[in-house]
Amino acid sequence: MSVLDSVRARAVPAGTGERRRLSPGVRLAIVAVIAAVAVACYLFLFIRGSFDFTFPRRLTVLGAMLVAAFAHGMGTVVFHTVTDNRILTPSIIGFDSLYTLMQTLTVFFFGATAIATSEGIPKLVLQTALMVALATLLYRWLFSGRFGSLFLMLLVGVVLGMAFDSLSTFIQRVLSPTEYDMLSVELMGRLSSVPGDYLPLAFGICIVVGVILWRRRHRLDALLLGRDTATNIGVAYKRELTLMLVLIALLVAFATALAGPMTFFGFLVATLAYQIAGSYKHQYVMPMAFLLGVITLAFGQFFMQHIFYAGGFLTVIIEFVGGILFLFMLLRKGTL
Amino acid sequence: MIEFHDVSMSYQDKRVLGPVSGTIREGGITSLIGPNGAGKSTLMTIIGRLLQPTSGTVTVGGLDVRSTKTQELAKHLSILRQENHITARLTVRELVGFGRFPHCQGRLTAEDVRHVDEAMEFLNLTDLADRFLDQLSGGQRQRTFVAMVLAQDTKYVLLDEPLNNLDMKHAVLMMRQLRRAADELGKTIVLVIHDVNIAAAYSDHIIALRDGLIVTSGTSDEIMRDEILTDVFDTPVTVHAINGQPTAVYAR
Repeated sequence: MSVLDSVRARAVPAGTGERRRLSPGVRLAIVAVIAAVAVACYLFLFIRGSFDFTFPRRLTVLGAMLVAAFAHGMGTVVFHTVTDNRILTPSIIGFDSLYTLMQTLTVFFFGATAIATSEGIPKLVLQTALMVALATLLYRWLFSGRFGSLFLMLLVGVVLGMAFDSLSTFIQRVLSPTEYDMLSVELMGRLSSVPGDYLPLAFGICIVVGVILWRRRHRLDALLLGRDTATNIGVAYKRELTLMLVLIALLVAFATALAGPMTFFGFLVATLAYQIAGSYKHQYVMPMAFLLGVITLAFGQFFMQHIFYAGGFLTVIIEFVGGILFLFMLLRKGTL
Repeated sequence: MIEFHDVSMSYQDKRVLGPVSGTIREGGITSLIGPNGAGKSTLMTIIGRLLQPTSGTVTVGGLDVRSTKTQELAKHLSILRQENHITARLTVRELVGFGRFPHCQGRLTAEDVRHVDEAMEFLNLTDLADRFLDQLSGGQRQRTFVAMVLAQDTKYVLLDEPLNNLDMKHAVLMMRQLRRAADELGKTIVLVIHDVNIAAAYSDHIIALRDGLIVTSGTSDEIMRDEILTDVFDTPVTVHAINGQPTAVYAR
């Protein structure tokens, strides 16, 4: 983790009160350039055979990457802010499991034929709406101060996640083989095999959510102060918390539907963003998390596909690195 | 004027406050004193709308704290609690700047910057302005939070144990500054304070609580009496005039 430490050392010079070397704006610009390079590398290099065939396919995958980077990056940063911690992420406390359960229940109650005939946007919207409602209720209840302790929260989240997983597994066993087959297609989203027709909707949602978050960036900054102080300076805490949880649920549900569950990806890019952004302000941290996500995915996919010839395993690698970083941060801080 | 009417707070079946009614008059410093668990902080937190009371109503300067928009209320009333934990890494200036949030929604104008500078000046923080909070001592951090509340520039200021972590010098300095804020800026300041002698020396008015109820209230001289303090704190206390200042002696 020497890279991390050196970045941090640069961000905060030993002598207090000294000026930081690069302003947050400059940092953002540099990272944006790197992201653009990563995207260009992925799109244009090593095209074998027909350009007309390869390019649109890569564009689709790139679209999924943008959505995943946006949703997980922004979602995790905002989640960290409203829940007043920097360790837990929507995925870690059982969001992915909730998604799996929702999908499984849909197949269980409405059958595989329903899934097959209703394939497309309306179903996706309905599922997302349900998921958002459920997640918002659940996490609002968890975070409205009933439990107080973050450790307890983590435990409750993990246990709920396990419960959802077990329930899903149980229901999946009851399904007929055909239904199970169709369900597993739903559950195994992967970056390199994205349904392209979902992308316009996904972009639309990302843009809308992005605009809402951007307009509230100052209020998000204020939420960093915690419930009491934020309320003191006039932020309607409970309303903001609920709204943010709805947006996070929306983002993560969509990203999961598109690119499959990624438990530690959001944590990875958010943690890096805090170190590199050089400011606590959301107007820098949120775009930084998004850009770092794009770099990770685009460069990752590029290297995996053309250097290691293992394009399908990118998410596995990211999860591996992200998981290690998660443990590292947990051990280093010794607390949540 | 702050008015609270039949305010009570219960957790499950355990009542920790009230029902209490009363008023805190406009201007000056009012201190809430009492033993641990008397309900001082609970009452203050309810007045500051950070806690929903089980029953009762509170109005601050005519505004009902429950129904008034929190953003509007933040321009009239500020409150600082005892424990303040912040996840992000902020400098002193950035935190104090958040005090201007109700007025500028995060976009600091020249006017806001002036308020921030004044608040830091007021609490001798100017030299520490660019330090990060985690590089400060407990007392310096405490002063930073008080500066944030002062930068908020509200008519009513509620502080829960503002002398926490402060040494003798800074405790006295803090009280003098609060006195100045009350006298020169015309603010209404309400404090929860453990040290009765400090409370007596700097407050216009004292409200004594015990077991979730208001035992008595009055000016410092009216409250600083053997029998009242002995009763409130359930400990033998004698009050002596030292240099004309009523001083409670309780350690023997």
